[in-house]
Amino acid sequence: MKLILKIWRQKDAKSSGKFVTYNLDNISPNCSFLEMLDILNEQLISQDKDPVVFDHDCREGICGMCSLYINGRPHGPDDAVTACQLHMRKFRDGDTIIIEPWRAKPFPVIKDLMVDRTAFDKIIQEGGYISVNTGGAAEASSILVSKKNAELAMDAAACIGCGACVAACKNASAMLFVSAKVSQFALLPQGQLEAKERVKKMVKKMDELGFGNCTNTYACEAECPKLISRSNIARMNREFFCAKVS
Amino acid sequence: MSLLGIFLMIFLVVHLGINLCLLRSDGGAWFNAAAHFMGTNYIVKVFEVILFGGFILHILIGTILQIQNWMSRPVRYKVTNKTYTPFLSKYMIYTGIIILIFLLIHFMNFYFIRLGWVSNPNITAEGEPDFYLIAQELFVQPAYSLLYIILIIILGFHLNHAFQSAWQTLGVNHPQYNGFIRWFGTIYAILIPLGFIFIPLYFLLIR
Repeated sequence: MKLILKIWRQKDAKSSGKFVTYNLDNISPNCSFLEMLDILNEQLISQDKDPVVFDHDCREGICGMCSLYINGRPHGPDDAVTACQLHMRKFRDGDTIIIEPWRAKPFPVIKDLMVDRTAFDKIIQEGGYISVNTGGAAEASSILVSKKNAELAMDAAACIGCGACVAACKNASAMLFVSAKVSQFALLPQGQLEAKERVKKMVKKMDELGFGNCTNTYACEAECPKLISRSNIARMNREFFCAKVS
Repeated sequence: MSLLGIFLMIFLVVHLGINLCLLRSDGGAWFNAAAHFMGTNYIVKVFEVILFGGFILHILIGTILQIQNWMSRPVRYKVTNKTYTPFLSKYMIYTGIIILIFLLIHFMNFYFIRLGWVSNPNITAEGEPDFYLIAQELFVQPAYSLLYIILIIILGFHLNHAFQSAWQTLGVNHPQYNGFIRWFGTIYAILIPLGFIFIPLYFLLIR
């Protein structure tokens, strides 16, 4: 495949960036999107040029590190996959591919396509966990969890925190991410003890960090590689109202 | 936003009920009686204050949230968002601004007359503004009626997303009821504007 790549290049957080065009030839349709970028980088290195910086880790769709905004969609044109699981057969020979970093005030660009997603960690630090005292491990079956809630909690816990929801949202809202983290605990008995404080603190931090507000366009749900449902946002809203009034 | 929106949506039903009195061939007796009741009854006057508060808060909060949303993405994307989202959901602020302009025109034509801020030659036998005649004078003008119809259609666009969005914000999301909420919202967003649109069409084409 022949491809024309237009990639956002930015030296560092303080520099202003620009799009740079690269022509690639002989790309296999079975290549993954990140492998295609590896090939580009090898060529750039051999030409003694600065390779394109992009985030990646597991390359099997479970770590949430890759964060590419490809032709106007987070993680590219395929549904329910991360950019590392996207293959070049989803594009056509001769295509122009425009690659941008996630754009959001709380996700500043570090270099090229790599953004700083520490904002998500800061939200988790506000209560995205269950405080556990050390001691003997309790018998797992001693706390009963309904099958329905166990499955809903698992669905919410599937969130890998990649930030595609923020990238896709026209308001750069993090509601889907935060609601998934709130829901996975709110649905389980172990999470109940800290539920009210958790939702209040996590929402407060989300607002402080400068994420936008949810206007229910559901772009987040449409682009989530783990298919996190908007019903989690409604659940978080319920949790938030109940926590505020009680 | 959601609670205020639902409150305003209930008000629209009341407003339409009063407007439909214009369709009676009684020289405006029912409509002017309704306008007189709305203008003089003390309970209605209390609700009027709440209604204005609702409108102002809805506009104010909506504007603040929108400004925050614009600020949350200081550097825009080169390729505009290609994600599939319901078309009307993306333009709520714009349809909202158009509705605000409509509201101001509406106030010039009706509410400000009641307050005596705008002069008016149409007076009933009791010496009150004859809102039936005022409405008739406006609606027989094709240009005004066309503008009115277009603005009401845009109101319908706003309502279509607003209804289901309000319930989602309030946390009402359940697979068993989501379909009904969407269906009811769409029916509401079609029927209410149709009711309002029928009145200028009646004055232009039927009467």
